[in-house]
Amino acid sequence: MTAVFKHELKNYFHSLTAYIFGAFLLVFIGIGALRYNLQASVSNFEYVLSYSSIVFVIIVPILTMRVIAEERKQKTDQLLYSLPITTFQVVMGKYLALLVVFLIPLAIISIYPLIFAQFGDVYLLTSYGSILAFFVMGAALLAIGVFISSLTDNQGFAAGIGIAVILLNYFSVSLAEYVSSTAMGSAIVLCVFCVLLGCIVHHLTKNDTLSYALGIVLIFAVCITCRINSSVFEGLIPDIMTKLSLFKRFSTFVNGVFDMNAIVYYLTVIVFFLFLSVQSLEKRRYN
Amino acid sequence: MIAVEHLTKCYGDFTAVNDLSFEIGDGAVYGFLGPNGAGKSTTMNIMTGCLSATEGHVLIDGHDIFEEPDKAKRLIGYLPEQPPLYMNETPLEYLNFVGQAKGLKGAALREQIETVVEQTRIGDVCHKRISALSKGYKQRVGIAQALLGNPKVIILDEPTVGLDPIQIIEIRELIKQLGKEHTVILSSHILSEVQTICEKILIIAHGQLIAYDTPDALEKTFLADCGVTITAEADENKVTEILKDIEAVTDISFDTENTTDQPAVSASQADVDINEAAPLTGISNSNTSENADNAHPYRTTAHLSVNNNDIYAVTRSIFLAFANENIPLLELTPKKATLEDVFIELTENANTKNKEAEEK
Repeated sequence: MTAVFKHELKNYFHSLTAYIFGAFLLVFIGIGALRYNLQASVSNFEYVLSYSSIVFVIIVPILTMRVIAEERKQKTDQLLYSLPITTFQVVMGKYLALLVVFLIPLAIISIYPLIFAQFGDVYLLTSYGSILAFFVMGAALLAIGVFISSLTDNQGFAAGIGIAVILLNYFSVSLAEYVSSTAMGSAIVLCVFCVLLGCIVHHLTKNDTLSYALGIVLIFAVCITCRINSSVFEGLIPDIMTKLSLFKRFSTFVNGVFDMNAIVYYLTVIVFFLFLSVQSLEKRRYN
Repeated sequence: MIAVEHLTKCYGDFTAVNDLSFEIGDGAVYGFLGPNGAGKSTTMNIMTGCLSATEGHVLIDGHDIFEEPDKAKRLIGYLPEQPPLYMNETPLEYLNFVGQAKGLKGAALREQIETVVEQTRIGDVCHKRISALSKGYKQRVGIAQALLGNPKVIILDEPTVGLDPIQIIEIRELIKQLGKEHTVILSSHILSEVQTICEKILIIAHGQLIAYDTPDALEKTFLADCGVTITAEADENKVTEILKDIEAVTDISFDTENTTDQPAVSASQADVDINEAAPLTGISNSNTSENADNAHPYRTTAHLSVNNNDIYAVTRSIFLAFANENIPLLELTPKKATLEDVFIELTENANTKNKEAEEK
């Protein structure tokens, strides 16, 4: 694992990736700090983090797009399979290297509240609490990026999907307002999701019966529940969209509450997507 | 050293490897031979743990590659068909990574890298980026990677594909040297290569092992009868007549376009069994008898099947027989059995067998 970790880290700093990532993050935070802390003379650094969290939409895919896709493209994944290391170690090594690349600019950023504290009252506890949450949220997004990269051997594709997914996640709360909250609307959307799930399962397993059966059973289940108790579906889709938003949960920290639920939620997302990445790598052995 | 037991690998409906079993001993060069798509790479990928098997086991020195991958993989160095290189690194950085991943550290790692760099002679390019190296050097870096950690078994998948002749010779020399200390398994669809380097050959076709022996033994067992090609200044009947007294000749086939200077190029061949042909000798062909004393004498090229292993004894008696009749032999070429013939015969046999099985 340490071999993969060192190798990845070296790779990031040999190429421009780590620097671009760091520069983007610092520029966005810098602009935020300029607007809020300097121009508007607000002493809350957490607002800056909230403002600049949209930067993740760009920088996370930049950093993660090549992480596994490139191995496939160069066929170096065969080397990783034949070395006496497990796929879990490979994914963990790569993920830890990503975290280090993320932590370095964040270390610079965490000096800012201290600097501002020299010139007035800064709520250091909420500032650093938010920075920690900012890190954990970023880590969760990175895990999603790693998984997306493991699905393809095309970096551009991985980046595109990554941007789309994170952007959707960023705006899902505001989009939720426009989504139909009636029971009927929710049921229809769920049915569409069932069909999509069936398609994904079909793509992954190439098994007709399994995917058709899964799709039909799920749609059937949705219809039955809708018949029996349609109130379950009222406002369901907007609710799901809000609940799934990683960015929405971050706003709790910005409001000065250190929300353990959110931290656990982020950690779950990390574990879930790293697990999927390992499975995605393992699957290549079985195709 | 390596035991492969009833290995089967299916890709959906397609069976790439079908119930393959063999054992490989210590310290020699083994060759996997087979036409493209025979399942060589798939077998190698399974043996190195890069691919799962649908059924069967692979034991490396007693360790199952699927159940104890860590122990088994430490015993193997693998160079896949396309060398798995990180293009933006130097060979040294690359070897450093692979060495660490194989669990080497500090002084042991440096020592190992030094040895493999020397063995594969990549010292000159150690500090260049891999993307700037020639194909031959890339291949060597790939081999160096496989050698790290001093594994007992080295598996090379088509190590000489795409190299120029000089590079091919160098890589072959390297492989021969490696064979002295390690068990080397290499795959190839080039016969001469396997013939020159390998001590034992496994021929694979359609995912099945169809032969496993030394190159010499393969030639002997599969092509006992050799052939002789002759060109004589006589017509077919005359040649048949002369040859029927020689016992070792079992079958004669003629090139029909007798009068051309390059009879071997002829499209169709007339197959004449010697016993059937014998009564024909009395019937003269007007065309040939006229030409017999012509300024442009009649030439006949015949391919003879011979059932005697001492090919020179046969050629001697052929020569003497023609000399007795005062007919000049223009060409007398003994055809030795080659591995190529064995290969073609075996793989084609497998082909027809498969077709028969499908028809059933």
